[in-house]
Amino acid sequence: MSDHWKLFLRNLNEFWKAFRRNKLGLVGGFLILTALLAAIFAPALTPHSAVDIMRDSNGRALTFASPAMHSPLGTDDAGHDVWALLIYGARISLMVGFLAGFISMFVGSSLGIIAGYFGGAVDTLVMRVTDILMVIPDLPLMLVLVATIRQMDLKVSPLSVLILVIGLLYWTSAARLIRSQTLTIKERQFVARARAIGAGHWHIVRKHILPQLMPLIVTNTVLILSTAILIESGLAFLGLGDPTQPSWGTMLNFAFSRSAISNGAWWFYLPPGIAILWVSLGCILLGNVLEEMMNPRLAAHYLEGDKGMIAITDKETGL
Amino acid sequence: MTPNPILEARELHTYFPVPQSLFEALMRRPHLSVKAVDGVSFALMRGETLAIVGESGCGKTTIARTLIGLEAKTKGEILFDGKEVALRDGQTAIGLQHLRQRAQMIFQDPYESLNPRATIFDIVAEPLVVHGLAKSERERTAAVATALEDAGLRPAEHYFMRYPYELSGGQRQRVVIASALVLQPELLIADEPVSMLDVSIRAEILNLLRDLRQKRGISVIFITHDLSTVAYFADRIAVMYLGRIVEIGLTREVLRDPQHPYTKALLSVAPAPNPRLRRKRVILQGETPNPINLPNGCRFHPRCPVAFDQCKIKDPQPTVLSKTHQAACLLLEK
Ligand SMILES: Nc1ncnc2c1ncn2[C@@H]1O[C@H](COP(=O)(O)OP(=O)(O)O)[C@@H](O)[C@H]1O
Ligand code: SF4
Ligand SMILES: [Mg+2]
Repeated sequence: MSDHWKLFLRNLNEFWKAFRRNKLGLVGGFLILTALLAAIFAPALTPHSAVDIMRDSNGRALTFASPAMHSPLGTDDAGHDVWALLIYGARISLMVGFLAGFISMFVGSSLGIIAGYFGGAVDTLVMRVTDILMVIPDLPLMLVLVATIRQMDLKVSPLSVLILVIGLLYWTSAARLIRSQTLTIKERQFVARARAIGAGHWHIVRKHILPQLMPLIVTNTVLILSTAILIESGLAFLGLGDPTQPSWGTMLNFAFSRSAISNGAWWFYLPPGIAILWVSLGCILLGNVLEEMMNPRLAAHYLEGDKGMIAITDKETGL
Repeated sequence: MTPNPILEARELHTYFPVPQSLFEALMRRPHLSVKAVDGVSFALMRGETLAIVGESGCGKTTIARTLIGLEAKTKGEILFDGKEVALRDGQTAIGLQHLRQRAQMIFQDPYESLNPRATIFDIVAEPLVVHGLAKSERERTAAVATALEDAGLRPAEHYFMRYPYELSGGQRQRVVIASALVLQPELLIADEPVSMLDVSIRAEILNLLRDLRQKRGISVIFITHDLSTVAYFADRIAVMYLGRIVEIGLTREVLRDPQHPYTKALLSVAPAPNPRLRRKRVILQGETPNPINLPNGCRFHPRCPVAFDQCKIKDPQPTVLSKTHQAACLLLEK
């Protein structure tokens, strides 16, 4: 129906008007958008690929060459163009970060809603698992898991292992948050009303609980993306990335293991570091602004009041 | 042959367990419960409006929620159209799902009973969707438009794509009414439908409800704490005190000739539309006892201005005063 389309545009427009007012949110959006564009249009932004080796006129590889016209960010130990590595690495870092972030948010939201809405034994089970996962430090656990799965030689690409391990372990805080919100929402009167007209659980979750949670889910997805990207970088830096598909973390790993520092090749280790900061800062800024914009509405609660009740107590009332 | 009541409650009880602390559980303290509804019986005839009146906390909302199956009853029976309300349909039973198609509830707070992220169209169409009725887009649009216009929101199309926050309290309650009407219910349970609204628009909404009821012959349970709206609205009145009906009768009988001391006190402080009926004010002493530890004997005795010794011991049973009028007070039991 075109009415729905119009409504959507109206809502979008209202959102944009409110969003535009906050400079930090715009900055965050800009940081994320530039990184995404660089990743998508990488082939247009450099003539080289990530495996091309820069050579001098004699055909010798240019190793640790400082920034120059042909390679704006210099070259690495093998003569690869760092700028090309960086923007092709953006594809890997962003893909792993985004997929892992979405998986963790999906798992966290689903479990949070199920636990909060149904309560009882399901709730206890989900919360126990959450408690256990929460006391184990994330990074060491993921490290061990990724390394172990790699050893098993399962014919899964190393990146998929990374995505799944981050995504399937990093949902606990989301689950808790969504669960507690679900607990409040399900007590609200429009949910009782939905039950009173005969709506089933699936209908109530889809039409009444989820729409109230959506702002929270979107905000937290953005925030979790930054964590997912940082974790990916951390794991890749520790050597658990895919060397054939280098991400920013892998670049850092190479830089450190191949003595970029002792060679003074700052152009090798600084750019991936800045790129990681660039994107995670973008996510944090955007996420915080979204949170600020959406929370007051989310928390808008009308207290049940008994205005004008007949009070037959010891005081004579005006009624 | 007497006509079937559309709704009948028999000795209905709804208790809420009071959560125990670990300490209490370890000490094996008895499990306490809030006796929100504690033995309520009444029958509602087709096309009739019964008002349930009582102070805040006497269990009115709990009765409404129990009738529509939002709270589980502890004891007793609910019959709809002669069939016992149960989880599923059966020979002598009507399933909850079926009941919720034929009976609708209006909640007290129109600010809270509409999903803030749903459009008015979706809200009013929801009962149709839930019950798989009016499947085509055209039928649905027509049904929603009719319901909105019947509820006084004209032109209906103007409201379709709006959100609740764009409407006033009165308009929201009209949306609630529209969505209650869209299934053409036989029974409407209205829990203080105007108490949260501005005084200036209460009359409008009450008029709307009364017109709809007359036009469609819907049976209504009208819950209120405000006696002044009752005379105008109800065929019969049930007065509640601490989870029990203490007096029930035709509106005329109860308002003109109240028999229970509690009804008398309620009436004496209500604004009387007719000054001739104004009585000496009876101001009750003390607070309503909490429904966890009910007083022995007559539950009204700690506050009853005419209580006597027996009242502390004996729980009064309903006394038949006329074919239509009953009250539960020991003074009437002789
Ligand atoms: N879900 C619940 N859990 C525990 N106690 C409740 C619950 N709902 C209502 N009560 C208690 O039951 C009593 C009756 O409440 P209610 O039916 O809301 O009264 P009313 O609608 O007449 O104001 C009150 O004492 C209230 O505190
Ligand atoms: S039984 Fe006694 S306490 Fe109860 S209402 Fe009658 S006179 Fe009052
Ligand atoms: Mg109430």
